[in-house]
Amino acid sequence: MKISALLAFLVGAVASNTVLAQAGADSVRQIEKYRDALMDGNPADLWEARGEELWKRVRGPRAVSLEHCDLGKGPGVVKGAYAELPRYFADVDKVMDLETRLVYCMTVLQGLPRGEVLRRTFGDGSNRSDFESLAAFITAESKGVKMAVGMNHPKEKEAFKLGEKIFFHRGGPHDFSCATCHSESGKRIRLQDLPNLTDEKDAQRAYTTWPAYRVSQGELRSMQWRLYDCFRQQRFPELTFASDTSVALTMFLARNANGGVFNAPAIKR
Amino acid sequence: MKIMSISNKSLDVLLAVGLLTSCVAFVSDSEYRAQAMKLMGADFKARGQAGLDRLNQDEANAACSRTPADGPLSKSASAAIEKANFARLKYPADGKLLGDWREGERIAQSGVGKQFNDDPSRPAGANCYACHQLAPKELSFGTIGPSLLGFGKLRGTSRAIQEYTFGKLYNPQAYTACSNMPRFGHNGILTEAQIKDLVALLLDPESPVNK
Ligand code: HEC
Ligand code: HEC
Repeated sequence: MKISALLAFLVGAVASNTVLAQAGADSVRQIEKYRDALMDGNPADLWEARGEELWKRVRGPRAVSLEHCDLGKGPGVVKGAYAELPRYFADVDKVMDLETRLVYCMTVLQGLPRGEVLRRTFGDGSNRSDFESLAAFITAESKGVKMAVGMNHPKEKEAFKLGEKIFFHRGGPHDFSCATCHSESGKRIRLQDLPNLTDEKDAQRAYTTWPAYRVSQGELRSMQWRLYDCFRQQRFPELTFASDTSVALTMFLARNANGGVFNAPAIKR
Repeated sequence: MKIMSISNKSLDVLLAVGLLTSCVAFVSDSEYRAQAMKLMGADFKARGQAGLDRLNQDEANAACSRTPADGPLSKSASAAIEKANFARLKYPADGKLLGDWREGERIAQSGVGKQFNDDPSRPAGANCYACHQLAPKELSFGTIGPSLLGFGKLRGTSRAIQEYTFGKLYNPQAYTACSNMPRFGHNGILTEAQIKDLVALLLDPESPVNK
């Protein structure tokens, strides 16, 4: 599979904004076509491989690998784990999403210093983020699995309700909330389609396709990054990585996507 | 307000009681709202021009932050928001409402401004094209708001229309409570001069919007 050749073509097609603006829907259709063609040659593979290596590497003062980390289905079980996250973890008496759980396992299980663990939460071109690599590996192990986020524990229900409130919280200089851009179907900003994240089908399609390799950035991006960057567009301050706010919002989005077949890491514009 | 001061602890107690009696504890909507506000206050970091005060809500934003279960705002509450916002409209002292449509087109195209990574010393854009169709040659437009193609040709350029258009850009909620459109003047995103240029973009017969 000549990934690099296809990729060069795709990047070329997207790089020129003016071309995109003029050709409009045509370009979008072209990109869809090449996206399909790329499906069996997604550069996200590189992040998945790095993530798998990180998962298995013995690290930290306690000299253990993350294979001892319990993502909810027992220590070391990765298969299908992401499709049930966020979830309540009895050992910490809290609801955690993937990233929060990884921070917990790295600091408590491996004994790595928190500051070091959180040094690079998102990749920046020359440096990759361990979290994005681990997310690529772990989410890939839920490919083909139906989203099944539970709400049996009161704290899971609480996280969902809080996430819902955060989703609809209007503020900032533009009076924006997530709902401004994501609560009506068939809308777009400029030429970018906006998923209605309160609609089952749209929510499923959006949630099950993150993480994604972003062609325009040459980076693999996690759902965490998506939230961080949407808050920037919302003109809010900076969202803290693996915070309770982040977990609650993720709970709201993930639960709304229940029943959707997970299909990421994907590839996007 | 009493509910604003509900502590983590008391919520935990509520939930624990729920667990013991093996039924879900009843937590009211306003308690969730207060708790969510508390989380956000702790989980955002001020960066650049975006301080934590941006999480705060005025009366309109508090009333408009509604979930589907809340349903739409009542007619009387909507009217109250419109009245309060209308009363705070500020028209230019010189009485002139029409600026330069060419400058208006540049402002309408620009999406910079107010994000934590934006340079606050540069004037903000309005990003009208993100949500509206305006000049017909611009194909890259969004659909969150209605098409404004031919706005001035359809509405005319009477003083009343000029005042409505300036007022709408200054504060859309003076006319439509809970509008998804930013309150460009009221919230200090755009200057008075910038809004005049945008009014010209919408109304001037020479503007591409009306060609
Ligand atoms: C000002 C507009 C705006 C706001 C506010 C906004 N978003 Fe977005 N969102 C976008 C745009 C535009 C895209 C598509 C970006 C792209 O394709 O590059 C997007 C994409 C997304 C996606 C991925 C959809 C997909 O199918 O890939 C998710 C999930 C999402 N947003 C969630 C949120 C959440 C949660 C919030 C609130 C924290 C939010 N957004 C606030 C504009 C916004
Ligand atoms: C985030 C989305 C958004 C942005 C950005 C935005 N608008 Fe709007 N606009 C809307 C929505 C939604 C409506 C319909 C609800 C209403 O009337 O308030 C609207 C309505 C309007 C109307 C009233 C139309 C009528 O029939 O009377 C005008 C005029 C208008 N917008 C102009 C502008 C201009 C000019 C800009 C840029 C300065 C702009 N808008 C930016 C979303 C937006």
